[in-house]
Amino acid sequence: MMVNLAKKMTLLRPNWLMLISVAVALLLSLPVMVILTNVATGQANVWQHLIDTVLADYISSSLILMLGVGLGSLLLGVPTAWLTSVCRFPGHKWLAWALLLPLAVPAYIIAYTYTGLLDFAGPVQSLIRETTGLSYGEYWFFEVRSITGAIVMLSLVLYPYVYLMSRAAFLEQSANTLEVSRSLGYSHTKSFFKLALPLARPAIVAGVTLALMETLADYGTVKYFGVTSFTTGIMRTFNGFGDAAAASQLASVLLLFVTCLILMERYSRRRISYHASGIRKASNRKIELNKKQGIIAFCVCFLPVFLGFIVPAIQLLYWAAFSAESIDASFIKLAWNSLYLAALAAIIAVVLALILAYASRLNKRKAVQASVTVAGLGYALPGTIIAIGIIIPFAWLDHQIIAWVKETFEVRLGLVLSGTLFALLFAYTVRFMAVSLGSIQAGLGKITPSLDAAGRSLGYKPLDVLRKIHIPLMKSSVLTALLIVFVDVLKELPATLILRPFNFNTLAVRAFELASDERLADAAPASLMIVLVGLAPVILLSRSIGSGPAH
Amino acid sequence: MTSLPPAHMLTDLNIKNVSVSYDGNTIIQGVDFRLLAGQIGCLLGPSGCGKSTLLRAIAGFEMISTGSIELDGKPLSKPELMVNPEQRNIGMVFQDVALFPHLTISENIEFGIQSWSKSERKERTRHLLELVGLSGFETRYPQSLSGGQQQRIALARAIAPKPKLLLMDEPFSGLDAKLREELVPDVRAILLAEKMSAILVSHDQMEAFAMADQIAVMSEGQIHQLATAYQIYHKPATRLVASFIGHGDLLPSKVCGPTCVISDLGEIKGKTEHGFKADQEIDLLIRPDDILHDDDSEFTGEIVSKWFRGSHFLYRVRLASGKVVYCFASSHHDHSIGQSIGLSVHLDHLVLFPRDA
Repeated sequence: MMVNLAKKMTLLRPNWLMLISVAVALLLSLPVMVILTNVATGQANVWQHLIDTVLADYISSSLILMLGVGLGSLLLGVPTAWLTSVCRFPGHKWLAWALLLPLAVPAYIIAYTYTGLLDFAGPVQSLIRETTGLSYGEYWFFEVRSITGAIVMLSLVLYPYVYLMSRAAFLEQSANTLEVSRSLGYSHTKSFFKLALPLARPAIVAGVTLALMETLADYGTVKYFGVTSFTTGIMRTFNGFGDAAAASQLASVLLLFVTCLILMERYSRRRISYHASGIRKASNRKIELNKKQGIIAFCVCFLPVFLGFIVPAIQLLYWAAFSAESIDASFIKLAWNSLYLAALAAIIAVVLALILAYASRLNKRKAVQASVTVAGLGYALPGTIIAIGIIIPFAWLDHQIIAWVKETFEVRLGLVLSGTLFALLFAYTVRFMAVSLGSIQAGLGKITPSLDAAGRSLGYKPLDVLRKIHIPLMKSSVLTALLIVFVDVLKELPATLILRPFNFNTLAVRAFELASDERLADAAPASLMIVLVGLAPVILLSRSIGSGPAH
Repeated sequence: MTSLPPAHMLTDLNIKNVSVSYDGNTIIQGVDFRLLAGQIGCLLGPSGCGKSTLLRAIAGFEMISTGSIELDGKPLSKPELMVNPEQRNIGMVFQDVALFPHLTISENIEFGIQSWSKSERKERTRHLLELVGLSGFETRYPQSLSGGQQQRIALARAIAPKPKLLLMDEPFSGLDAKLREELVPDVRAILLAEKMSAILVSHDQMEAFAMADQIAVMSEGQIHQLATAYQIYHKPATRLVASFIGHGDLLPSKVCGPTCVISDLGEIKGKTEHGFKADQEIDLLIRPDDILHDDDSEFTGEIVSKWFRGSHFLYRVRLASGKVVYCFASSHHDHSIGQSIGLSVHLDHLVLFPRDA
């Protein structure tokens, strides 16, 4: 059978793909565009007012937070990565994956868990009072709800980014490199500082920038601890004063910080590939530590797991089991809301990622490739920025629609876009597109063009090639992408707080609200559920780093 | 559809004036190529010469902008018509093997013969695995096989549906030299056993010489010569073919008669008339085995470098004019670099190229 249309088809198809991918990219970059245009068109007096009042405060506390979390995640992430990848000591195998567990705990949850443990009425201070007989004010105890506390909490759950990246770098350093350095008279310790650390530096920097992006995006922890920062400031300006212009002005300054981090991360990633050139075979020979060293190494690696996962998990379990209100219909409703919202967002993000990934595979035009890059930029954007960037245009559109409908049909219409699940799903897609795109593109990268050609030359039509070759080969990447987006959406707080429909609650929002009302124990069931679901991608990740370098 | 295809039908591939271009860039320009039934052809040329593009055009993965591709008199490709790759009955072996990683070896081989009955499929797979020497690998996965084994399975998968024509894109380039030497005669034997016409793409002339009946030497999207290996080595049609195939030098010469030319190495006479005008400046192609070491010769050259090859020495010698050429000598004529040696030319057929070309 002959196909005369073939030529037209090949000319048409790439254009469709190009149009779709450019449209998706434009849509996903809408929030940032809105923020930026608000800066350009914003009133000078708003700007002046911000500079006069809060801006310096926000900048300095954000800088302190970043400095503290940067240092904290380095201190927790790098030594543990080096010990578990290069040394042999009791427990090094299970610690290698256990060190990832804190990733499952959202920062706002660990923050209120420790508050419950360490504040005046908590078990620790009670114990001090009981044993010493002193009462409140007669002994010194640190204040958890402070900027230092926020730094510690954020470091405890964000160090795994540094750990993951530097562990991959240490594993890729060939045994030969270290042996050459030993043969030239360097001790293990000296080799570490002279060789291993400088070689891993780009990876470590990339890990720290990821942790810092999360720090800037955090709302729950700083809000709960009463620390002034950009995210709390944006929320206060927007919710408290209803001032969208000022909120987006603040968001734009935050955007500047984020942009610096993105550039730094991109730069270090390029350096990683440069540094990793050479022999890539990972070493199986590990340094045997003696008993004393082994105990120290174990403690160094166990401490972050203990403080970042075990302690909060036990406290949450205790609250959930003994103190919380019993699980009732409203909790089930809450869980159902969260689960279907997360599932819906995951499906949307994965379908769009599939479209974009296939577009960039089939069409090498610059417009398509650029669209894919733009669509993936949202991962660095704090949820507050995305939410503000969505609610401004949606509210405006709603006003137009309502006015038009009222005039033409004389019917009063409710909100169509803003304050609906649509706005919320849109925000999640912007924020988590990169996550699904990364997984899908990695999977598609393994299906070389000649696999398609082989299928065709063996007598299969394009759709059959898709069914027989692509779908079975893409299955696991698609499932991974679905899972990761699902969990990220479940944990997401600030965008949900701003955009959720009236009277619509999710697990994360409810946990945060209960905790803010000092009903810590009642927040535990929801938090525990978030942490448990959050363990799934961590297990997936731990499997991939278990035996070899992570990618 | 369930019965076995009829016994092998002789296949005749005819490519006429074919051009391929993308976005206004012409990759292949006006190529003619014909492969007769049962022959193995080779598209030989440096990378970027368009040989893979031509192969992909035959397979149906590229549109052509002029000319036609016909198989057994039926058009497959024309500028206004394109038979889909899956309807061409042309098999293909890919440079990167392209075995399906999610399927076992036997599932890979059976991929193209799903319409056959189960027993026919099993029998075909058993037969092909035996042919490629990998019986017993049915349930393994491609990743567990070595490079050479994967290449054999890729071949078996491509010929399983008994295609009219088999295309191979640099099928041996990923393999080491020793493995390749083993595999080339095997593949040729398999193709002969299956009575299948085939075209391979290669940049390696030894591979082309070992495999192909007809070799098309390509450069910059055009075929410079289509001939047997012997002919393209000894009677190259263009300077490019002469320099791309084998070692050789072009010796500046002048026509001194209907069958002879004069050069640094004296008068050289061929057996046939060369057809150039008297006194015309021309270049004579000299292969390493055309110049022999001869102590009695009046023509000498100074040794610049030398290689001991066991049975003989290969010298590089500088002639009086400064031109450097190869020279063969038997292995007991061991001279040192810098020494002058006598040279004599032994040529029956003169390969000449006009100077201005």
